[in-house]
Amino acid sequence: MITMQGIHKSFKSVNVLKGVDLEVEKGKVVVIIGPSGSGKTTLLRCLNVLEHPTKGSISIQDHHLDFNKRIPKHKIAAFRRLTGMVFQSYNLFPHMTVLQNVMEGPVTVKKENKATAKAKAEKLLNKVGLADKKDHFPSQLSGGQQQRVGIARALAMEPEVMLFDEPTSALDPELVGEVLAVMKELAHEGMTMVVVTHEMRFAKDVADEVLFIDDGVILERGAPEDIFTHPQHQRTQQFLQLIE
Amino acid sequence: MYLTNSNEQWERLFNIAIDALPPMLEGAIFYTIPLSIISFIVGIVLALLTAFARISSVTPLQMIARVYVSAIRGTPLLVQLFIIFYALPAVGVTLDPFPTAVIGFSLNVGAYASEIIRAAIQSIPKGQWEAASSIGMSYRQALFRIILPQATRVSVPPLSNTFISLVKDTSLASLILVTEMFQRAKEVAAATYEVLFVYSLAALLYWIICFILSILQDRMERRLDRYVSTN
Ligand SMILES: Nc1ncnc2c1ncn2[C@@H]1O[C@H](COP(=O)(O)OP(=O)(O)OP(=O)(O)O)[C@@H](O)[C@H]1O
Ligand SMILES: [Mg+2]
Repeated sequence: MITMQGIHKSFKSVNVLKGVDLEVEKGKVVVIIGPSGSGKTTLLRCLNVLEHPTKGSISIQDHHLDFNKRIPKHKIAAFRRLTGMVFQSYNLFPHMTVLQNVMEGPVTVKKENKATAKAKAEKLLNKVGLADKKDHFPSQLSGGQQQRVGIARALAMEPEVMLFDEPTSALDPELVGEVLAVMKELAHEGMTMVVVTHEMRFAKDVADEVLFIDDGVILERGAPEDIFTHPQHQRTQQFLQLIE
Repeated sequence: MYLTNSNEQWERLFNIAIDALPPMLEGAIFYTIPLSIISFIVGIVLALLTAFARISSVTPLQMIARVYVSAIRGTPLLVQLFIIFYALPAVGVTLDPFPTAVIGFSLNVGAYASEIIRAAIQSIPKGQWEAASSIGMSYRQALFRIILPQATRVSVPPLSNTFISLVKDTSLASLILVTEMFQRAKEVAAATYEVLFVYSLAALLYWIICFILSILQDRMERRLDRYVSTN
């Protein structure tokens, strides 16, 4: 479903991604782990072209982007529609209520009519357990609640793939569970997910595959049991020891 | 004279005030206030266009915006008004003093306000642009739906300052023959020789107008603060 081939990304002279290949099958959950600065965020941002890879190609379903050539804007826009992104710092729209945040994409981008979008948004808010907060502004919510709105906002665009960039790392420990629970539920419903996280429990319980990325390359990949219990690379071992 | 016969003196000033107020209020209502409002509105439209040009990735647009802002900020407003006042007839455009003044003040507001708006837009965290793109918004949709509404909140205080300065600056229009409030005050002062008193009266009127404006600013800020943290 997702294929990344030879993705390189450099900022000016700094090479951040140095040839990343990635395959994700439909309905699978891939967890990406790795040290700070290794390129996890950059990789995820390349997947929805918030960051333009310097080289390589990405396909999602039948959409194909070859970054060795110039890509027209409308192709990028169409491609981006396939993915939903959940940010570490939520990035909710502070001037809109929770309901408006979730409706914004369908109404403004997809031109859905307001009543349909509202009904759908309410259903999604119900699903993330926030139906009663729909008329609040983001500033009136806890971090965990904001992040669940973030997930609902992304889902409202009906993406094929959900991308999560450390969705719980800005949260107080007691709020992490509520967000992970929503993500687990999504996984069980068969959503294809690429998740950058250091929540090892989540990775063990939910991931079909774990990738360890170090210094811009995927150093090791495998089933969570394998990676966590007998990592092959010394770097992976060191990293896992550090976060235990 | 003031000390020996203060009662009579007060009565005289009172009478002058009674005589001076109608023409000055007329100047305020028919010139100062409309000149301020129209110039501000046109100026804000110009400022938005200039700010968009500044943050666009089109180099020629950026350059035009930069030169415009630099020229307006680098020259005195009075000189700008004079140039417009004398330049327009020279190229065959004859306008009344009032529209001439509107052009001058609008250009001025446009330059200053564009910098305020640009700074406000750039103060919105990058994550907001990214969140907007991540739900598929185009640049324009993100700008108008997500960024500008938030930038508006940030720019209300500095834009209010611009507006208040503009109200006071319109007194310069007296020098290009606009019969606004200060021009009227000058006429009364010349006729009565009570220069200090009449000009003080003018100052008081400007102050009252600006005071009302700052109350409106307060209200607007409070309205826009709805979504700012309450916990
Ligand atoms: N816009 C940018 N300009 C320049 N350098 C950047 C930019 N974005 C990221 N980098 C650099 O790329 C490297 C990888 O960054 P990235 O954010 O992908 O790491 P990460 O694995 O997500 O780290 P963390 O765990 O801290 O979030 C870092 O060295 C970072 O400084
Ligand atoms: Mg990161």
